[in-house]
Amino acid sequence: MADRIKFGIVVFPGSNCDHDAYHACKNILHQDAELLWHKDADLKQADVVILPGGFSYGDYLRCGAIARFSPIMQEVIRFANDGGTVIGICNGFQILVEARLLPGVLLRNASLQFVCKYVHLRVENAGTRFTNACEPGEVLAIPIAHGEGNYFTDPETLALLEENDRIIFRYCNEQGNVTEDANPNGSLANIAGVINEQGNVLGMMPHPERAVDPLLRHMDGRKMFQSMIESFMSREGHALDVAGHSLSAATGGRR
Amino acid sequence: MYLSKIRVTLRKSILDPQGKAVEQAVSTLGIKGVSDVRIGKYVEFHMDGATEAEAKQATEEVCKKLLANPVMEDYHFEIQKA
Repeated sequence: MADRIKFGIVVFPGSNCDHDAYHACKNILHQDAELLWHKDADLKQADVVILPGGFSYGDYLRCGAIARFSPIMQEVIRFANDGGTVIGICNGFQILVEARLLPGVLLRNASLQFVCKYVHLRVENAGTRFTNACEPGEVLAIPIAHGEGNYFTDPETLALLEENDRIIFRYCNEQGNVTEDANPNGSLANIAGVINEQGNVLGMMPHPERAVDPLLRHMDGRKMFQSMIESFMSREGHALDVAGHSLSAATGGRR
Repeated sequence: MYLSKIRVTLRKSILDPQGKAVEQAVSTLGIKGVSDVRIGKYVEFHMDGATEAEAKQATEEVCKKLLANPVMEDYHFEIQKA
């Protein structure tokens, strides 16, 4: 039985966080990882698919609008519909909403500025395969870097997301209070990440892959990778102790 | 051959911060009474070997599936002989 899982990281023309995600999976979390070219209709047996950040297809037309039609996305959509774990980060989130795998849209930031900084996120639902290594209500420090991250949806969809605990992260202050001041981009209800109805597709604007390396001080992003790895292994009946061991080794002293 | 001329605009219910910024610039220009500035996109394409009805239907499909995101945008188009 494998003691690692395999991450597949999609590379679109214009992706620029693909190697960060690869580094996080391969060198920090010590998992298998493979880059998946957008023209190949092949997920190479990945257990988890990452749609990374960047400017796929130059953000032409709308962010994520063209990427949705690439050959690899047809496989990602099929994989997601079969229950496979898919996480879209930043531009990846934009692609997921354009592909209708997640509801809503990401509008231009209310300030019209590109915002690149550390923000605080409150974990609103720690019962998902992306967050179960977090405590409910835990505050994570994870960076954002985007110009179009202003989440918007209609009131009916928002109510549905609220009722079903599908808002996974909200922007908050350091104390965990969800305030207007803590909202970096004008997102509706401070939404930073949402999940699909089945719970296997997550989109988020912040970059967990940029908060995993001890060299960069912040390491809260690891919890999300740990959640995905442990959830996959427990679903597949893989040896959790092995995973737990390698993960705690990877985590080091600081959490 | 037909020419499709398409305008994509943010839906009325969506705040358009770009439009707001332009509105402020207009008032700085000293021109009064300008309001509700909205920024959109203009797209055009030629279509060969189609009847007018087919060109219309194809344009509708392109708008709906690609050029506009119905969650935030509306589209309008006209078709003319080219």
